[in-house]
Amino acid sequence: MTTTKTIVNVGIADTKTVQHPNTIRTLGLGSCVGTVLYDEKRRIAGLSHILLPDSNQARAANSNPMKYADTAIPQLLKMLQDQGARDIKAKMAGGAQMFQAGKGTSFMRIGDKNIEAVQEALRKLNIRIVSSDVGGNLGRTIEFDPETSRLSIRKRNHDIYTI
Amino acid sequence: MDAFQLTTFQKDILKEIGNIGAGNAATSLSMLLGQKIDMMVPSVEIADFNEVIELVGGPEQPIVGLMFQIEGEITGVMAIVVEIDEAEYLVQKLTHNDQFRLSEQTNGTELEIAMSALSEIGNILTGSYLTALSDFTGMNLQPSVPHLGIDMAGAIMTLGLLEVSQVTDYAIIIDTEIRQEEENHENIKGNFLFIPDPESFQKLFAKLGWN
Repeated sequence: MTTTKTIVNVGIADTKTVQHPNTIRTLGLGSCVGTVLYDEKRRIAGLSHILLPDSNQARAANSNPMKYADTAIPQLLKMLQDQGARDIKAKMAGGAQMFQAGKGTSFMRIGDKNIEAVQEALRKLNIRIVSSDVGGNLGRTIEFDPETSRLSIRKRNHDIYTI
Repeated sequence: MDAFQLTTFQKDILKEIGNIGAGNAATSLSMLLGQKIDMMVPSVEIADFNEVIELVGGPEQPIVGLMFQIEGEITGVMAIVVEIDEAEYLVQKLTHNDQFRLSEQTNGTELEIAMSALSEIGNILTGSYLTALSDFTGMNLQPSVPHLGIDMAGAIMTLGLLEVSQVTDYAIIIDTEIRQEEENHENIKGNFLFIPDPESFQKLFAKLGWN
C-alpha cells in the first residue's frame, strides 16, 4: 500500500496543524517568524506564521489572533492539545532584518521584536525551544516533517539545511 | 471603519491616482533611459496579505523591492517591484556596463554601485509619482529614504504591510504596471504598488470631493 504525502501550506497570519506522513510549510518568511510546535511521539505538529509581536498594539477590534505572536502561540498549543498532543516542544525560524538600517522607521527591528515575542510566548507556556534559526538578513522557506521532527530551511541561493 | 466596500466611483478615483502617478513616473523613467515606456491600466485590489504577495508573483518569487514610507497628509507605503534580471538591466543601462550581473557572486563595490543606482531610480520614480499625486490632490506627500531588498517576494513585501496590518487584514492596493518593449530584449516590466494606510482613504476621498 502506498500513502500519499500532502504538504500543508501555511500563509501569512495563519496557523495550521498536520499529522505524519504529511508535512507542513510556510514560504518566504522575512521579518515574520514561523514557529513549529510538535509532539515527537505522536507525530503531530502545527505551524504558525506571525507578522507582528503584540496584539495589544492592534488599532482595531476583532483582529485576527494568528497575526500576533502573543495570541497565535497559545492558540496553536490549544489546537494541538485538542488533537491529543501532550509532550510539546518548539522549533522556530525567521525574524530577519530585510533592509539595511535606516532612520528609525517601523521597518526596522520588527524581526527582532517578533523573535523576542515568540520566545516570550513559549516561555510563558513552558515550551522548550529545541532549535532555532533566526535573524540575519535573508528570507526563509521552512518545512517541518512530523515523522523526523526536522525543520528544513531554504534561503535564496543557499543549500537546504535542517535544524 | 469599513473601507472595503469601495464604490465604483471610489475605485475610479483610486485608478486615476495610479494613472497620474505612474504615468508621471513612466515619463521620468523614459527620460532616464532614453527609451519608450508604456503604462498599463491601473488596477485597484482589495487583497488580504497572501493575495498581495501573489500580485508580485508568489511568496518565493525572487524580486528586487524598493520600499518607501510615505508621509504627509496621506500616509502609506510605495513599493516598486521588479524581477532580478530586470533590475540587472536597469543597472546596466544606468551605469553603461553591459556585463553587470546581479547575483550572489556580485562583489562588494559592484553591488554597492548597483544598490545605489537602483535606489536612485527608486527615488526618481517615487518622487515623480508623488509629485503628480500632490498636484492632483493638493495634498502634501513625501517619501522616506528608499529601503532596498533583494530576496523572496514574501520576505520583502510583508514589510510594506506592517502599518496596514495594525488596523486590518486587508490592504487596498493601487497597482500599476509599466513596460518597456524593445527588440533584442524581453519585456521589461515593473510594478508600482501604492498601499495607503486605511485612515488615508477617507482623507483622500474627502479632499477630492467624493465622500
